[in-house]
Amino acid sequence: MGTFDYAPAPESTAIVDVKSTYSLFINGEFVDGTGTSFKTINPATEEILAEVAEASEADVDRAVAAARRAYHKVWGPMPGKERAKYLFRLARIISERSRELAVLETLNNGKPIRESRDIDIPVAAAHFFYYAGWADKLEFSGYGDKPLGVAAQVIPWNFPFLMLAWKIAPALACGNTVVLKPAETTPLTALLFAEICQQADLPPGVVNIVTGAGETGRALVAHPDVDKVAFTGSTSVGKQIAKVVAGTRKSVTLELGGKAANIVFDDAPIDQAIEGIVDGIFFNQGHVCCAGSRLLVQESVADDVLERLKRRMGTLRVGDPLDKNTDVGAINSAEQLAKITELADDGDATGAQRWSPACDLPGTGFWFAPTIFTGVTQAHRLAREEVFGPVLSVLTFRTPKEAVEKANNTPFGLSSGIWSDKGSRTLWMASQLRAGVVWSNTFNRFDPASPFGGYKESGHGREGGRHGLAGYLAKGGN
Amino acid sequence: MARADVRKTYKLYINGQFPRSESGRTFEVLDAKGGFLANASHASRKDARDAVSAARSAFPSWSARTAYNRGQIIYRVAEVLEGRRAQFEAEIIAAEGVTAAKARQYVDAAIDRLVWYAGWADKIAQVTGGANDVAGPFFNHSTPEPSGVIAVMAPQGPLFGLVSVLAPVITTGNTCVVVASEAYPLTSITLAEVLATSDVPAGVVNILTGPQAEIGPWLASHLDVHGLDLTGVTDPDLARTLEEGAADSLKRVRRPDPTEDLLATPALDRMTAFLEIKTVWHPMGI
Repeated sequence: MGTFDYAPAPESTAIVDVKSTYSLFINGEFVDGTGTSFKTINPATEEILAEVAEASEADVDRAVAAARRAYHKVWGPMPGKERAKYLFRLARIISERSRELAVLETLNNGKPIRESRDIDIPVAAAHFFYYAGWADKLEFSGYGDKPLGVAAQVIPWNFPFLMLAWKIAPALACGNTVVLKPAETTPLTALLFAEICQQADLPPGVVNIVTGAGETGRALVAHPDVDKVAFTGSTSVGKQIAKVVAGTRKSVTLELGGKAANIVFDDAPIDQAIEGIVDGIFFNQGHVCCAGSRLLVQESVADDVLERLKRRMGTLRVGDPLDKNTDVGAINSAEQLAKITELADDGDATGAQRWSPACDLPGTGFWFAPTIFTGVTQAHRLAREEVFGPVLSVLTFRTPKEAVEKANNTPFGLSSGIWSDKGSRTLWMASQLRAGVVWSNTFNRFDPASPFGGYKESGHGREGGRHGLAGYLAKGGN
Repeated sequence: MARADVRKTYKLYINGQFPRSESGRTFEVLDAKGGFLANASHASRKDARDAVSAARSAFPSWSARTAYNRGQIIYRVAEVLEGRRAQFEAEIIAAEGVTAAKARQYVDAAIDRLVWYAGWADKIAQVTGGANDVAGPFFNHSTPEPSGVIAVMAPQGPLFGLVSVLAPVITTGNTCVVVASEAYPLTSITLAEVLATSDVPAGVVNILTGPQAEIGPWLASHLDVHGLDLTGVTDPDLARTLEEGAADSLKRVRRPDPTEDLLATPALDRMTAFLEIKTVWHPMGI
């Protein structure tokens, strides 16, 4: 079955005013950086969107000092019910400017507008709304109501604005001030958020945004006047951060990589499972730490599942992220594309079988067709390393115990999926999987009320829900 | 003629047994007045690895027991300790040189602390987990689960200090390797005798004696260890080194807190430091 022909349905970019240059946001004002500015592009076209300031160590120091002042003078002493109102304002303005944010996110990240419009931005607004409500109820949290101080937050490029919300909303609700560094390749929605902070009359210094790459992040995390480090990103950088904060007073939460097993039993609702497998690995081009990147399918239904999966993959629309019909957008960067290509090539070289549906990829920009590998064993790099791209490894199993063993056979432990219509088996499986989030008969669901975070080398601490407060309160432990 | 007493050989406690250090090493332990008490086993890297291996093997069945059952076992430890309190009081007086009243207070506190934690086993999930009201037709529920194998650097207090760090770790279903108080190691091995006769399965608690600075790094960097409790580390440089060692495998680390009053009612974080929150989603529909 081929793809239906759809007329192009591009979302207009007129709603967003992309400036030619962007500066840092420190103490409530946009200020020049003293580092070497860098260009940020649209990964779907490789067009340069803007020139962005790089925060040097001195700039980071200014931002931390601004956050410290705001913490002592304004935000720390402010009653929770007043802080709450600022957070509610932020939530509302995000909703009001949601289309603008969604378009800018898609331009800078390459993700389909359908996802930035329906998931990233609304869930981010919901996150601020959720934590706004906690600000004056912290004494019921179980972690006390005393904040930590200044939070250094470093976020990745896969969900730039949503990760900003996951970091900033709980930090501010608890009375901390923040210095946030967005990812080098996706700084623009964070800088738009800075404008939103101004519109909300958020007191200067409560939120500071410093842009830059690894050096800026290192300076921020290592800054001696930071009380809290929150990082989402790769496990290797997470380990470096754990080392940097060792022996300090800094509290740390880390949300790192994953290699989730998505486990399909023979009694699964197969059509739903196919949708869940596709959503699990091709959502956001597979740039998802909790992506269901290892499909474990029970041997007796493996052929059927694979056939249906291939048929479904044949209908995925890959291309212009701004087109409202697009399912799979652009890979975020040339660097990431090279990494995905390398791991896929390793799969070829080590005897796994690659399959992709026929699809025309655009000539410019960074693209990788939705891909599955069969004949994958647990020894393959494809099954062990995080690809962070639209590449699914398929393995089979015979018994539930074997599924558990294979699923847990990884240093990661972020998420997992179970597809079965037998309740007792699902709950047993859920109890056996060493992962922080288990989706059964669904996948890749996110909600501000639902704690998210990993076991083992997928990091520690939780984001979302009451548990998400722990990392920002003095009695939260850790 | 006076009867010569039969003295105890203090060995390690690994996998429910009492082996000597495979290294053949011992170190001299003196009493409060500087007199000879015993030669304690000086645990080696190999002993530490054997202990981790035992703890890892014990984890699946210990963590899978019902919380009620774990609670009963921790309570049983308290019962057996109560019955042997005279021995512990005598050992504490000999080792630390404290008064009889003080020794009694420590033993009381240790027993009471065990009873306190025994009652937590089947309540911690209710207090730290719960239902999450997500915006959609989903059942969404969070529960705590034990992190795995925890390496515990025990504080100085030979009995109460050890119980204070040990009980919260195992109550929730973790297994552990403890490096006992360096200054007063002997009582920890006597406590191991209590554990061994209280239905605590072999391997759930393993106790090593010897220098923290020597044994600690092997445990901090061991890939089968999931958490590190540094409560008993008083040297900040050693604490940093151990935390750095733990970073490579992203262990959960509980840093030492010199202001902590162990005798006060503990906060939940002694347990939650080594618990993972698991959140399960399932759609609702007809």
